[in-house]
Amino acid sequence: MNCIEARGLRKSYGATVALDGVDLSIPEGRIVGLIGLNGAGKTTALDAILGLTPYQGGLRVLGLDPWTQRDLLTRDVCFIADVAVLPRWLRVSQAVDYVAGVHPRFDRGKAERFLARTVIKPHSRVGELSKGMVAQLHLALVMAIDARLLVLDEPTLGLDILYRKQFYESLLTDYFDATRTILVTTHQVEEIQNILTDVMFIHRGRIVFNRAMDDLESSCFEVEVAPQHLAAARALHPIHEREILGRRIFLFDRADRRALAALGDVHTPSLADLFVATIGNQAYAAPSQPHAQPSSAPNPDQGVAQ
Amino acid sequence: MTTPSAATTTTTTEASPHAHAFPRHISRARCFYWSLLREFWEHRSLYIVPGVVAGLILAGFLLGASLLREMVRAGLNVDAAHQHFNVQTVFSSAALALMGVTFIVAFFYSLSALQSDRRDRSILFWKSMPVSDVITVLSKAAIPIVFIPLITFVITVITQWILLLLTSAVLAGSGYNVASLWINFFLGHMWLMLLYHLLTVHALWYAPIFGYLLLVSAWSRRGAFLWAMVPPAAIVIVEKIAFNTHYFSDFLAYRFHAGPEGGMPPNMLFMAPMSNLTPLQFLWSTGLWDGLALTAVFLTGAVLLRRYRGVTTS
Repeated sequence: MNCIEARGLRKSYGATVALDGVDLSIPEGRIVGLIGLNGAGKTTALDAILGLTPYQGGLRVLGLDPWTQRDLLTRDVCFIADVAVLPRWLRVSQAVDYVAGVHPRFDRGKAERFLARTVIKPHSRVGELSKGMVAQLHLALVMAIDARLLVLDEPTLGLDILYRKQFYESLLTDYFDATRTILVTTHQVEEIQNILTDVMFIHRGRIVFNRAMDDLESSCFEVEVAPQHLAAARALHPIHEREILGRRIFLFDRADRRALAALGDVHTPSLADLFVATIGNQAYAAPSQPHAQPSSAPNPDQGVAQ
Repeated sequence: MTTPSAATTTTTTEASPHAHAFPRHISRARCFYWSLLREFWEHRSLYIVPGVVAGLILAGFLLGASLLREMVRAGLNVDAAHQHFNVQTVFSSAALALMGVTFIVAFFYSLSALQSDRRDRSILFWKSMPVSDVITVLSKAAIPIVFIPLITFVITVITQWILLLLTSAVLAGSGYNVASLWINFFLGHMWLMLLYHLLTVHALWYAPIFGYLLLVSAWSRRGAFLWAMVPPAAIVIVEKIAFNTHYFSDFLAYRFHAGPEGGMPPNMLFMAPMSNLTPLQFLWSTGLWDGLALTAVFLTGAVLLRRYRGVTTS
């Protein structure tokens, strides 16, 4: 059974379409990055998955309807929906007591062991902690819950690099296993690139790119094209072309690696570059008619983004 | 939408279809208990404010008592001093002051209860916990309707007990027969009357007021106080201008002033003989049940708003 299964998921706020027919299947045991610009529909998608907002279309999370069966779902789904949403008046010890009081899958000892590794004092109030410490506290609470799906919405925004690194390292070493699924959105794409098993780009309420990271390495290529091969490279339908310090960098999706190797040095592109290429094309191509976009790979004929 | 009422979803079976290794059973009562505790953690003013007021009452009394002692020393007639002191008035006023203050605390608590966590976005944390919106709203409604009257009772009883000891000490020093004070002064009777008043008026009769405030709290993003005042004021004004009637203001006055002992002057509230109470008449009154039905409607509305309006910040 898939952990998350969406078919034609739609949601609009008045005239604004936040989700415009999202289809996705996320199996168990994956770490999926959902990447998009502000207002692309990331948070709305997560809200729908978490049963925080009603929606149209089909959506099943762990086999349950998240809107009508939310009270059942909350036992198996955890989320950190932003940094610093813990209330300022709450004491660390109270937070642990409360979660231990209401959550059937909370392991108090585990949370206390996680907290013991930090400098957070049990008697402190959240308002007295630094932003990084609040994130540590929240993560300690969430990792002590034996949930099957963990949703993270910008969990490290505004934290400094040490806390960000530590955050994802803890998740990987102390939490993640084959029975759990993690869905994460972030702006700091580079930092999560190495921990993801799957990546999705969302743009204007639609999933415009969806690939397992393993496939990505064998299907997406970045080529530094030698000047004499520029025309040949363009003939192979690159999804993006840019110039850095006089070198021309092309991005190809689902191209033949051997053919590309003849043009210049071939690398695996970074997620950030791939994102810019994909979304750049989308944003450039048809701002007035978003429905005309194909929902899978971008059309290679759409030319070069700025 | 897929479901007509959020309230019905909590009645689904307790057993999760995906039983994990150690799913402890957590009853709704337990969730409710921790939700209540959470309210007391957040809103320390619920017990600090009445505590401070009780302290002020005692301090004021001590000041007055030492003045009295000076008057007695200065050769004043003891009976006249006692008249001046009027013990019963002091005790009643202390109880009335505490009730007034805790009503104000309950009023502002209700206005912020379902709004403050949306403003600081901590609702995102609370909603990540397996506590239904019904339990959340009920726990927040229980604070002004059940727990503030109980807190008022306990603090008043403690305050009056200390007052009695202080009065005895002061009057003993002045040569007054303290024993007669303890014999003639029926504090037990006063406490029974107080408890009856708190349960019937502050808990049951005022319940729709707090239900309404909670509904506004769940609805408004900011300025809950103004939003709470606007609809009743608008109805009163429109009714006056359009029909030149005052049914709605009568309705409000009835809710605020009437109740089981509506006709009783406040200083008589705790002194009247028990036979003045008419609990059966109160239980049979339509005013009580209309009010409770209205409370249920308001709270259902608050649950639905909490669910549908949810966490969206836009």
